[in-house]
Amino acid sequence: MLDADFFRRWMTVTTASVDREAERLTDLDSPIGDADHGRNLQRGFAAVSAALEKDAPDTPGAVLTLAGRQLISTVGGASGPLYGTLLRRTGKALGDAAEVSDEQFADALRTGVDAVMALGGAAPGDKTMIDALVPAVDALAESFDAAKTAAEEGAVATTPLQARKGRASYLGERSIGHQDPGATSSALLIAALVEAAGE
Amino acid sequence: MSDTEKGLVGIVLVSHSAAVAASVVELATGLAGGGTLAPVSPAGGTLDGGLGTSADLIAAAAASVDRGAGVAVLTDLGSAVLTVKALLAEGDELPEGTRLVDAPFVEGAVAAVVTASAGADLAAVEAAAAEAYTYRKV
Repeated sequence: MLDADFFRRWMTVTTASVDREAERLTDLDSPIGDADHGRNLQRGFAAVSAALEKDAPDTPGAVLTLAGRQLISTVGGASGPLYGTLLRRTGKALGDAAEVSDEQFADALRTGVDAVMALGGAAPGDKTMIDALVPAVDALAESFDAAKTAAEEGAVATTPLQARKGRASYLGERSIGHQDPGATSSALLIAALVEAAGE
Repeated sequence: MSDTEKGLVGIVLVSHSAAVAASVVELATGLAGGGTLAPVSPAGGTLDGGLGTSADLIAAAAASVDRGAGVAVLTDLGSAVLTVKALLAEGDELPEGTRLVDAPFVEGAVAAVVTASAGADLAAVEAAAAEAYTYRKV
C-alpha cells in the first residue's frame, strides 16, 4: 500500500531530479522551445516541496492536490497547468483514503493523464509529455520499474517525431530530430516513483 | 466600484508580456470612447516581471473586475490559454461566471470592451469578441 509519506517522497525525489537535470531540460528546450523548461520546473517543484513541508497534508490525495495547485501557480509556462492538472486530477481521483493500492494509484494516474490530454488537446505521437506518460501508465500495472522504462523509451521515441502541439509545432519539420523536453521531464517524474518506493 | 460600473461584464486580458497586456487594455479602453467603461484589468507576464503566465495575477485580475455580471477572459497563446483553462477546471479559483473567450487578442479585446461598456451581458460580449475572427484584413 502507498501512504502519504510515499507520495511526499515522490515529490521530493522529483524536485531533486528536476534540480539535477534542469540544465539538460532547458538545453532540450532551446532548439524547439523557449529555453525555460528546466528553470520553470525547478521553480515549480521547489514550491511544491516547500508547500508540502509547511502544510504536511496527510493523505495521498491531499499531497498530490496541493502539489498540483503549487505547480499551476508558480511555474509560469505551459508545463505549470499541464503538470499541475496531472497531479491535481490524480490526487482528486485518490480521494480521502489514508493509503491506496498500486492499482488504485495506476487508475488515478490514468485519470490525471486523460485530464492533461483534454486540457492541452495532445494525443500520443504529437511529441509531448503524453508520449512518455501514456506508455508509463500502461506499464504501471506491472511495476514502477516497468513504468520508468516505458516512460524513458517513450521520451527517446519523441526524437524523430514532428511536433504538433505547443511552440515547437511552429517549427514544423525542423522540430524533427530533437527529443521533447516535456516528455523528458515526464520520464523524470515517473522514474522518481522507483526511488520513492525504494526508500 | 462606481455606480455606473455596477452590473457590467468584467474583462481580463492575459498575455505572456506585462507590457502587451497593459497596452492592449489601454488601446481597448481608449477605443471604447467616453462614457461608462466596463472594468478591464491586465494580467501580463509572471509575478517576477518575466515573460510567461501567472495564475495568481489572473485570479487577482478576475476578482478585481467582477461586478457580478460575469468575467470574460481573453488570452494570447500557449500557457496563457492552458492556465486559464486549468483555473476554470478547478472551479473555485475564478469568480462565478468567468469564461475563457475564444477570440483574437487585440481585436477581440476591443470588441469585448466596447460591448461590455455598452452594458451587454456575458454571452453578447463573448459573441462580439469571437466575431473579431471573421474580420479579414485582405
